Amino acid sequence: MLQNKLSYAFPIEASDFTKAGDAAGKIKKILKLAGLPATVIRRVAIIAYEAEMNIVIHSVGGSLSLDLTSTRVEMASQDNGPGIPDIDLALQEGYSTASDEVRALGFGAGMGLPNIRRNADHFCIQSEVGVGTNLEVWIDIGVS
Amino acid sequence: MKISEIEELLELEPLNKPQGTDPNVAGGYASDLLSDVMGKAMADTVWITIQAHPNIVAVAVLVELSAIILANGVKPDQKTLEKAKEQDVIIYGSNKSAFTLAGELYKAGVLGVRKQE
Repeated sequence: MLQNKLSYAFPIEASDFTKAGDAAGKIKKILKLAGLPATVIRRVAIIAYEAEMNIVIHSVGGSLSLDLTSTRVEMASQDNGPGIPDIDLALQEGYSTASDEVRALGFGAGMGLPNIRRNADHFCIQSEVGVGTNLEVWIDIGVS
Repeated sequence: MKISEIEELLELEPLNKPQGTDPNVAGGYASDLLSDVMGKAMADTVWITIQAHPNIVAVAVLVELSAIILANGVKPDQKTLEKAKEQDVIIYGSNKSAFTLAGELYKAGVLGVRKQE
């Protein structure tokens, strides 16, 4: 078991669909090396991927962070805008503000935030229009 | 069933096939929505899609899929192939539709599986 907290940060560029998913891939590798259970890794991979895609698709840029403790995986995403006007609406399955071009690529199905919430043991999202969005999630290790 | 058996049975065209790999296939999933695949597809399964952009490789790696099958004669972007090579992701192409491919897989005993909530 890990005695100390391990922290990592991943900058995410807006609209870069070629690199999109790379940070989630790195996070998954870190967790595999740490020897976490496959069920935990899968949940973290889903959350990391969706959070990364949200920054790529919807924001002007931001970052993902990963903190690994002996009891849980903590992840946070922050972006620099434009912010979400109605979070309750954004959390509804199927609701999306993605463009037609992005939808044609198979993104923007309105499943991102619901997928994150479903896989997290703790989920907190805060957003201010014109400022940005902050998301904080925990996944307990040993609880699937 | 091994992916090489599926390749032969469905007459798939290998678009990226890393040397010396022949993973097991425990089932299949068909979808063109990336979040749906991330949330529902299982590890060690084949994914049938008409999406051909680089992000499909990221999804395949994260879910630990056995292979991606591109239906309807869809050709992958150059960057998709580059990423697949880098990350050892198997990609096949086929002129058959997603429906036909899924039907042939099912007939061969490769059933649809998905993650339960």
